[in-house]
Amino acid sequence: MFEPDFTAEADRQLSVCNACRYCEGFCAVFGAVELRAAIGDGDVAYLANLCHDCRMCFDACMFTPPHEFAVNIPALMAEARVQTYERYSRPRVLAGLFRTPGWAIGGVTLACIVVVTLLVAFGMGTTALETVQVGPGAFYRVVPYLAMVVPAVVLGAFGILVLVYGARSYANDIRSGDGRFVSLRSVSTAIRDAITLVYLKGGGEGCYDVKRGSPWRRFFHMLVFWGVLADFSATICAAIAQDLLGYLPPYPLWSIPVALGTLGGVAIVVGAAGLIALKVRSDAKPTSARMIAMDYAFLAMLETVALTGLALLAFRSTAAMGSLLAIHLGSLAALFITAPYGKFVHIVYRSIALVKNAAEQNGA
Amino acid sequence: MDVAVCGGGNAALCAAIAARRAGASVVLLERAPAYVRGGNTRHTRDIRLAHDEPNAAATGSYAEEELLDDLLRVTAGETNRPLAELTIRESKSLASWMSEQGVHWQKPLKGTLHLARTNGFFLGGGKNLVNTYYDTVERLGVRVVYETSVVGFELRERAVQAVVYERAGAVERLRCGAVIVAAGGFEADVDWLKEYWGDAAGQFRIRGTPYNTGLALKALYEAGAKRIGDPRGLHCIAVDARAPKFDGGIVTRIDAIPFGIAVGADGARFYDEGEDLWPKRYAIWGKLIAELPGQAAYAIFDRKSIGGFIPSVYRPLCAQSIEELALVLDLEPGALVRTVTAFNDAIRPGGTFQPGSLDDCRTEGLAIPKSHWARPIDTPPYYGYPLRPGVTFTYLGVEVDAGARVIDADGRGFDNVFAAGECMAGNILSRGYLAGFGLTIGTVFGRIAGESAAAHVRA
Ligand SMILES: Cc1cc2nc3c(=O)[nH]c(=O)nc-3n(C[C@H](O)[C@H](O)[C@H](O)COP(=O)(O)OP(=O)(O)OC[C@H]3O[C@@H](n4cnc5c(N)ncnc54)[C@H](O)[C@@H]3O)c2cc1C
Ligand code: SF4
Repeated sequence: MFEPDFTAEADRQLSVCNACRYCEGFCAVFGAVELRAAIGDGDVAYLANLCHDCRMCFDACMFTPPHEFAVNIPALMAEARVQTYERYSRPRVLAGLFRTPGWAIGGVTLACIVVVTLLVAFGMGTTALETVQVGPGAFYRVVPYLAMVVPAVVLGAFGILVLVYGARSYANDIRSGDGRFVSLRSVSTAIRDAITLVYLKGGGEGCYDVKRGSPWRRFFHMLVFWGVLADFSATICAAIAQDLLGYLPPYPLWSIPVALGTLGGVAIVVGAAGLIALKVRSDAKPTSARMIAMDYAFLAMLETVALTGLALLAFRSTAAMGSLLAIHLGSLAALFITAPYGKFVHIVYRSIALVKNAAEQNGA
Repeated sequence: MDVAVCGGGNAALCAAIAARRAGASVVLLERAPAYVRGGNTRHTRDIRLAHDEPNAAATGSYAEEELLDDLLRVTAGETNRPLAELTIRESKSLASWMSEQGVHWQKPLKGTLHLARTNGFFLGGGKNLVNTYYDTVERLGVRVVYETSVVGFELRERAVQAVVYERAGAVERLRCGAVIVAAGGFEADVDWLKEYWGDAAGQFRIRGTPYNTGLALKALYEAGAKRIGDPRGLHCIAVDARAPKFDGGIVTRIDAIPFGIAVGADGARFYDEGEDLWPKRYAIWGKLIAELPGQAAYAIFDRKSIGGFIPSVYRPLCAQSIEELALVLDLEPGALVRTVTAFNDAIRPGGTFQPGSLDDCRTEGLAIPKSHWARPIDTPPYYGYPLRPGVTFTYLGVEVDAGARVIDADGRGFDNVFAAGECMAGNILSRGYLAGFGLTIGTVFGRIAGESAAAHVRA
């Protein structure tokens, strides 16, 4: 539950929006507000994640502070999002990581890198970290195959479990009486809205930038999204090459796994850097400091994984390969561990909010 | 400077854009600080546009003749016909012109579908429009100066030599080749309003900017410009009594009146709440309330009506009985109960309530009838909104010709003084109101004024 004062403040601000409606064209939030006579706890959780943080409705609002109505919807929504992320995450101890995202992600990453490096040093001998390894199976002479796969599967499964739990309790809380909202139609609409990032278009003006709207945030976000997807696909391709076709990595530069992985890596590096730059350069009033900290931490995490991956590729036939592999795997492990306790979870809650919105608007 | 534009709302910005695009150097003097720039324009949402085919802004078609008919109807024919026709003709090019300045369009807002064909809704409303225009103006190289009030004009013969302005407590002058006055009406000067409205004006809420006190309009009159429009003329609607004195904008407006009854401080009804469709009647209620003792009225309705109208920013006050509601609203309970009972008893039975059309739910035998949408107020909880007059703008202005040139008391044009927007809208919209037409006049005449001023300085 949000603090009652917080929900009351959301209700107060959004009743200004419901009486005004000028921002309807920016995104889905205002259409959803208009369906509600009053805003309760579940509504805040729903609307907060329906908001895509384009911030257009701040500059456009006649009632932002110092006006006595003191409306600042993007900041309100960002703060509420931070709280929903934490609220639906388990176990409680780990959910605390949301509170200090920089330290959490930085600390976990460092720890993972150290642990992996030590494991390699003790398990395979320090020479594994120092000597040139080439030819089929080179990586596995540094970190054995099972030592890569088992932790990935365990951590991945744990993360998925946490996220599924969060998704279910979130969906329950925002159901708000009108029953089921998951249908073929609402899900397909939501997938379309998510893939196209339609609500980063700001109704045509784009998202926050140094001054007014620009298409850059949507562009960079596309790069990151497709970059991650490309890297995921590259891993699948590698698995097929290895387990079905019997080729052991490293693969040549122009093989599908490496080409796809490189493309994805570069996209993430550029996209995440772009997103960071936009945040640094834009007005901080229409946002929440906690949300921004979480954004930076997650983007830095992505940059670390992508950059270490690219470095590994670049130096894989040198003596640095062993240590680079340890560092890359360490940061990947950190990504897996922190994913359910950081900005990554926005994918889950935003998608559910989009499904609910699609159902609501179809019904309306 | 070639051209000095006085004001910083829609008309001023359009004038600055047009003058600059026509090659003049332009300075724009805005009285407000940057964060509240844009006058009443920042509270607007749509602009009325004639068009023969659907375009980016509006659906269907809205012929020039139809718009003219609408205008003649609301003004009862009191309009400068050539200027009205010019405005309407020019309005056809505004959708694409505005898009060229960077304006985006959005679908009509929920609850405003009746305007989809006649009006274009710009994305994000008036403040977003103003922000877009300021970006454009700055990109074009117009110098924008904030917190600068134009207070006078230095005249030689029929030509202004310099604009006199006040900035940070000091009075200074700016030489210019031409001046465009686009500084809105005088609705924010309550003392000036009191000259025509007496103490009643003290109770008025001003829906828009506190900076439109008519300083520049006064300066024009001092320079000899010819007055136009009824000084007592106000566009004035019913707003929530809890609204701020200034800048409450659209959200304090009360649309509940046709759903129930409206009573004065004495608990008695005073006007037919169901006279005509609300979009045609909402603008009479401000003046009706302004004429009441204490300038106070109350909209009363019951649970059946919740959800029927766009809510206002304040929740209605609420009670389980009419007596209690009267106490909450500070009305005499007996009086309100008598009014509600008499109203309920007078409702002709068997009507079918249809809020979107002139239905057959009406009263019979009341001195003040309710002609449509009369339903008994009998289902608790009961609700009430306290109401005050909310002034949108004033009609008083200066006369202009088709080139936006200001006319003096002798009926001759000034050499280099032009006007646009609210301060000359009275030439065309002498009274009544057509939703979105204020911006139409301001945009059309802003453009014309900019072009005329640029042509003058280049000649
Ligand atoms: C709540 C509300 C909603 C409205 N909605 C609509 C709508 O949807 N569509 C529509 O067409 N119309 C609407 N109107 C009417 C509309 O605001 C006007 O028709 C239009 O904006 C007038 O534009 P303008 O540029 O003439 O004046 P304004 O936009 O009021 O601009 C006047 C400018 O002059 C400046 N100024 C004043 N005095 C001085 C001075 N002495 N020196 C320098 N600068 C000065 C002010 O600071 C301001 O920037 C609405 C009005 C209100 C109050
Ligand atoms: S910040 Fe953008 S997405 Fe969020 S509510 Fe405002 S307009 Fe909608």
